[in-house]
Amino acid sequence: MSKHIDWRPYIAGALLGVLATLSVFASTRLLGRPQYLGASTTFVRAAGYLEKTVAPGHVQANPYFAEEKVKVDWQFMLVVGVFLGALIASLADRSYKLESVPPIWREHFGNHIGIRALGAVLGGVVAMFGARMADGCPSGHGLSGLMQLSVSGFLALAMFFGTGILVANLIYRRQRP
Amino acid sequence: MNEQWLGLITGILFGALLQQGRVLRFEKQVGAMLLKDMTIIKFMLSAILVGMIGIQLLVSLGEIELKIKATDLGAVIAGGLLFGVGWAIAGYCPGTSVGAVGEGRWHAIWAVLGMLLGAALFAEAYPLIEKNLLAWGALGKITLPGVLHVNPWIVIPILAVVYIVVFIWFERKDL
Repeated sequence: MSKHIDWRPYIAGALLGVLATLSVFASTRLLGRPQYLGASTTFVRAAGYLEKTVAPGHVQANPYFAEEKVKVDWQFMLVVGVFLGALIASLADRSYKLESVPPIWREHFGNHIGIRALGAVLGGVVAMFGARMADGCPSGHGLSGLMQLSVSGFLALAMFFGTGILVANLIYRRQRP
Repeated sequence: MNEQWLGLITGILFGALLQQGRVLRFEKQVGAMLLKDMTIIKFMLSAILVGMIGIQLLVSLGEIELKIKATDLGAVIAGGLLFGVGWAIAGYCPGTSVGAVGEGRWHAIWAVLGMLLGAALFAEAYPLIEKNLLAWGALGKITLPGVLHVNPWIVIPILAVVYIVVFIWFERKDL
């Protein structure tokens, strides 16, 4: 074993396990139904709100928006909270840092904001399309799925990392031109 | 307390833990996919290790119910494969993209915008794939102990040992 173990991810992770458990307990008691951590359904609802401003009839007629319901629910506020929590915690320990292009990306594709934006938008589109197909992301399928020993969680997480590892190695392992 | 307030408070704590675990960073996300830095796996498996015990305890005590996602093979396999491709390019999953913007890494806003667009596109595609691809191989809401016909308390210690062995292996390899 190496001289120094960084306990940070283990401690923060274990505390998240406690939070996830308490959250299911609190939501069952206070709201009458269990709420498990998740994030990707919120993007459907947020997209529904945005789309409603230009084409309200179209959103109303769409069966997927009807099924997932365009509303500000528990998970929507959870995702808003993730933003606030990360902001507060990073300001508190002074790890907040404005960054326009991620360092690893810069090494391979340069410091152009436009190229990073294009890559991230494309990646985001594909990732969310996949997450909605699979009915969950690394939070809903990964964390909540594996905590509940759900077969779908194990299968989804294996798929996520399977192609993630493959594609990341194709993109970032190549040498700089 | 209403639903929205409970969600917000839980979310603030969730975001703070993601940030303190340092898993909101692009280099940590991509680092795991490059098999160079296993921070996000350590974080996730630690949460899962504690959460699976806590949640099962509450279930055994009759306090809560599980909320299992269906194992629809077509949907989970095709969607999971696609998600991995996008995750590697974007460098963020949905939860961490929003958290990364909170931490000042404002370039993650592009991933958030892409994800909103992806969700809107999926809503358009849904009627076309709902009855075929997404419905293929529908095995229902199944769990590992259910499939193996054993008590969850048999599965949990075994998984706990597996996760801890993974941690020890990561630390030995300095990952």
